[in-house]
Amino acid sequence: MRRKTPETATVARDLEQLQQIAKRLRVDILRSTTEAGSGHPSSSLSAVEVVTALYFGGFLRYDPKNPHWPDRDRFILSKGHAAPVLYAALAEAGFFPREDLMTLRKLGSPLEGHPNMARLGGVEASTGSLGQGLSIGVGQALAARIDRKDYRVYVLTGDGEIGEGQIWEAAASAAKYRLDNLTCIVDRNHYQQTGAAEEVLNMDPIDGKFTAFGWHTITINGNDLGEVVQALRRATEYRGQPTCIVSLTHKGQGILPLLEKLGDTNFHGKPLPAKYLDEALALLG
Amino acid sequence: MAGATSALQSKRPLGKATRDAFGRALEALGAERPDVVVVDADVSNSTRTEWFGQKFPDRFFNIGIAESNLVGIAGGLASCGKTPVIASFACFIMCNGYDQLRMAVAYPGLNVKVVGTHAGISIGEDGASQMGIEDVALACSLPGFVVVVPADEASAKAATRAMLDHRGPVYMRLGRPDVPKVYETDNPPFRLGQANTVRDGRDLTIVANGLMVAAALDAADQLAAEGIEARVLDMHTVKPIDREALKKAAQETGAIVVAEEHLAHGGLGSVVAMAVAELEPVPIRYVNLGDRFGESGSPEGLLEKFGLTAENLAAAARAVIAAK
Ligand SMILES: Cc1ncc(C[n+]2csc(CCOP(=O)(O)OP(=O)(O)O)c2C)c(N)n1
Ligand SMILES: [Mg+2]
Repeated sequence: MRRKTPETATVARDLEQLQQIAKRLRVDILRSTTEAGSGHPSSSLSAVEVVTALYFGGFLRYDPKNPHWPDRDRFILSKGHAAPVLYAALAEAGFFPREDLMTLRKLGSPLEGHPNMARLGGVEASTGSLGQGLSIGVGQALAARIDRKDYRVYVLTGDGEIGEGQIWEAAASAAKYRLDNLTCIVDRNHYQQTGAAEEVLNMDPIDGKFTAFGWHTITINGNDLGEVVQALRRATEYRGQPTCIVSLTHKGQGILPLLEKLGDTNFHGKPLPAKYLDEALALLG
Repeated sequence: MAGATSALQSKRPLGKATRDAFGRALEALGAERPDVVVVDADVSNSTRTEWFGQKFPDRFFNIGIAESNLVGIAGGLASCGKTPVIASFACFIMCNGYDQLRMAVAYPGLNVKVVGTHAGISIGEDGASQMGIEDVALACSLPGFVVVVPADEASAKAATRAMLDHRGPVYMRLGRPDVPKVYETDNPPFRLGQANTVRDGRDLTIVANGLMVAAALDAADQLAAEGIEARVLDMHTVKPIDREALKKAAQETGAIVVAEEHLAHGGLGSVVAMAVAELEPVPIRYVNLGDRFGESGSPEGLLEKFGLTAENLAAAARAVIAAK
């Protein structure tokens, strides 16, 4: 029997409410990175549905008033440069006031360029050096087993990030210990820093690789909230193997027409210039 | 602190970033050096090796986000007579690739050129995870490695050539932001292992590298107004350290301040202290990052917060003179 979500956690009534939340996260991502004048909005935007479903679709059990509650579920943002989507979710969930999002990347703010668990409650791993989050997730999933706790661990990686060998070392160890309390979501947004992920280092078939490593795999349209919710439900219920969700997404989802107009549909590691912010927000509806 | 000036706020003329100078120099040297092969791990638009890649696509490989593999591949290339140049952020190439640097490069003594960009806290907003602040210590701990930290655009260009001309493993540390010019000429003197005296003085010596050389020159200006004459050494090569220049500095000025954008442990300060303690013990003070990680913020704000300004250097100079 799974413990109930603490009453302090936000759970959306229905898909429509989830969609409203997803839109707010997108707005926050764009506003906070434009205000910061640096950061990775496009990498954050592709993952909005996954993060929204995890935090507000009833999957993650957390207590924003007690971020270190030992029984909480863990979400590790292995692609740490997408910190703005994590911060937007934590603000929406009530870990800190929404205004704090505007301190992103500023001196003294705990909302650092990449997540730092030593300074911000709700951050479950300090990331930013790609390739490391899944191993940390394996460690947390093993700790749950030792302590006979039923918390679950979710790790989000990039599709370029899985070029790091450590990801596959972690994958093999998770399969060895049959960590069905661990879910890895690969944000398959088809781009990495220097170009198309398929061209820089083609890792296809990603699902086939995880299958070969002993994982249960699901492939979905990761920008469709309904599909994300269903896949997370299946992953949560699946027994005997860890699950990898290959989440097919678009980098910059939500503002794609603008990125096309700007001639850069990767838009890696740049904030939207302030003069395009209104146009971008209008696209979000 | 009012009036705190980091190197990035210096009144000296601004030059390009050292990573830019390296990228252009590498591109220019590609034609005369057909042995050079450049390997990237998905950051060539940050490290500037993309300029070489555009010109010499047959000798450029992007192997994805995989720094351990990057270093191993370089070892293989070097063992077949190539001169591989591998570049990534200083923290990723040194920390993620360290065992490979040890086994595939340093142990067999292969001719691999390792370049770490985005070193120090002056990268700013990206924060601690992207800041190489331990890279010099790690590189110095690899037997046989030469370790170079150029101060400005012109010296980074010269250092790139010197790195390729040297036979054996080299680590070169570069920065992200545009930095003030230390040298007026485009072709400053540059010999590996030989410090440049960029200002002479008799009251103390400031030994610096990277962007701290410009800060040291600004500090020397401030000190001169108080009648203190500081010698400034651009110690661009940390290993092998210029023992002669240090001995002379100790004998002739009797006090030393060491300045670097690096952790206290294992960087230029440690290397200078070892040499001076052996050759001619004199009082030494250190200006560095101490024993702490960086954080997010503006480059200027961080340099001030972490105590790497000209004013911090001048204060250390007064303290070390008082200890004479
Ligand atoms: C170990 C390491 N190497 C390099 C980088 C620099 N870097 C930051 S983001 C990025 C590209 C990431 O691509 P992907 O995983 O596909 O994420 P996306 O931004 O597309 O979501 C790179 C190379 C890093 N952060 N860590
Ligand atoms: Mg990607």
